Amino acid sequence: MSQLHIKEGIAKALFVAAAGISILAVALICVFLFANGVPAIAEIGLPEFLFGTTWRPANDIYGIFPMIVGSIYVTAGAIVVGVPIGLLCAIFLSRFASGKVAAFLKPGVELLAGIPSVVYGFFGLVVIVPFIRDNMPGRGLSLLAAAVLLGIMILPTIITVAQSALDAVPKKYYEGALALGADHERSVFRVIVPAAVSGIMAGIVLGVGRAIGETMAVIMVAGNQTVIPSSIFDGVRTMTANIVLEMGYAADLHRGALVATGVVLFVFILLITMLFNVIKKRGELK
Amino acid sequence: MPNATLEKTASKQEAPATYMPHAQGQADERQMKVKAPIDAPAKMGVHDLDLYYKDFQALKNINLDFPQNQVTALIGPSGCGKSTLLKSLNRMNDLVEGCRVEGDITLDGEDAYRSIDVNSLRRRVGMVFQQPNPFPMSVYDNVAFGPRTHGIKNRADLDEIVEQSLRDAAIWDEMKDRLKKNALGFSGGQQQRLCIARALAVRPEVLLMDEATSALDPISTAKIEDLVGELKNKYTVIMVTHNMLQALRVSDKTAFFLLGEMVEAGPTDDIFTAPADPRTADYVAGRFG
Repeated sequence: MSQLHIKEGIAKALFVAAAGISILAVALICVFLFANGVPAIAEIGLPEFLFGTTWRPANDIYGIFPMIVGSIYVTAGAIVVGVPIGLLCAIFLSRFASGKVAAFLKPGVELLAGIPSVVYGFFGLVVIVPFIRDNMPGRGLSLLAAAVLLGIMILPTIITVAQSALDAVPKKYYEGALALGADHERSVFRVIVPAAVSGIMAGIVLGVGRAIGETMAVIMVAGNQTVIPSSIFDGVRTMTANIVLEMGYAADLHRGALVATGVVLFVFILLITMLFNVIKKRGELK
Repeated sequence: MPNATLEKTASKQEAPATYMPHAQGQADERQMKVKAPIDAPAKMGVHDLDLYYKDFQALKNINLDFPQNQVTALIGPSGCGKSTLLKSLNRMNDLVEGCRVEGDITLDGEDAYRSIDVNSLRRRVGMVFQQPNPFPMSVYDNVAFGPRTHGIKNRADLDEIVEQSLRDAAIWDEMKDRLKKNALGFSGGQQQRLCIARALAVRPEVLLMDEATSALDPISTAKIEDLVGELKNKYTVIMVTHNMLQALRVSDKTAFFLLGEMVEAGPTDDIFTAPADPRTADYVAGRFG
């Protein structure tokens, strides 16, 4: 009896420790970010830091507005490229593909999720960038290249989440639509897809989270100029790229400003996660 | 059948066992009546129908007519094939892998499988399912889904169809102020009547009901039974039911199924009071099933 108690006690302690370490990691990251970032923001001034359009560390001018805009543009571009393809692919896998085709495609999609981002970046550098340089204005290293590459990178996230949402739609809705004389396509697009919309939105939000946090692949193809791009063929620098490119040699306020960029990024991710949870909860309420 | 209604209301309170006092004696005479058509033309018909799920034969040589503007009930124990027959009437069995149909099913004398396109067959032969299955969208969009599918886009036309269908399904008064509400927020009984309205909105000729009340409470069930009595003025109704009293209350014709065979079919009152086959007698008396 008491032996059982000891066993249970040890198990419980282990679980608590494991959970505690995860929470602690998040807490420590928060503390580190804000402890190092907030003083820098205070010194620069919040409006100047967030909305300043000039980033010139040599002159102690730290305005990250071009990087915020860059991150938003690149992410928006990734959505434009990735969402239609990902969604249609999920619909195909869930409702149109025969068992054999799905069995062939599904591992392919999963493989796409497993490719390291530096390999994506390399693919972008040798395929997408030269293609843009040869066929469109600009030097190829551009917002467009980053958007296309990120659009491909978020495909597996969107496809996997959207497909499981579509698969979970009860069969009775499909049968109900068919029984009214609707064909397969209409039943799928007018009944099943709307029924799965909250799950599909969750997939898109997760994809956005992935896109906004992506660093390596973006650096390799985006050009990284600290200027707000005036067309999709211009270079662009994201917040993540800003941190990685300069952290190696930054010191003092420059270093603080880069950590503060991380704080802004952290807030973005926080908002996206909250949005994801809201969408998920709304889906469960139905 | 002028006094049929009277008899039915009288027998409502009685237990099933009392429906078959003189079953054996009149067997021969009743057999004759089975073959004679009920005095209404057949809206749909099933002729020499065999249905297989892969190697398993689920229906064996079924011959049955469904008279126009009447309610036909299909009864029998679970697994007897009655739902299978119902689903073959609007080709919902097409969704079942390995399902094979031999024989003829006709709608107004036309071959339902070979001369009528499957989507127009399903428009003409509507269906209400066992579990209420309104789409997770507004009441209005649920009812308008069918008409929109068949090309009606004009808002005024749709408004009129939605109202008329909800009225026909006796649910307009409950829904008229809540047309924009999500259909899943209503009770099971309301959802089922909404599904009936949705089925009626495509102006079907036949309405199939697959144990449409088995998931509902007694009050909702009574409402839907009353509704079926109204609907037969405009539509031909074919219903599957587990509830023999329900078959007795609402149907004009009853067919009894057992292990994939149709044991007998005839006017409902005959099936319940004087069945020709002892197996029917046993079933309606509640001895098995």
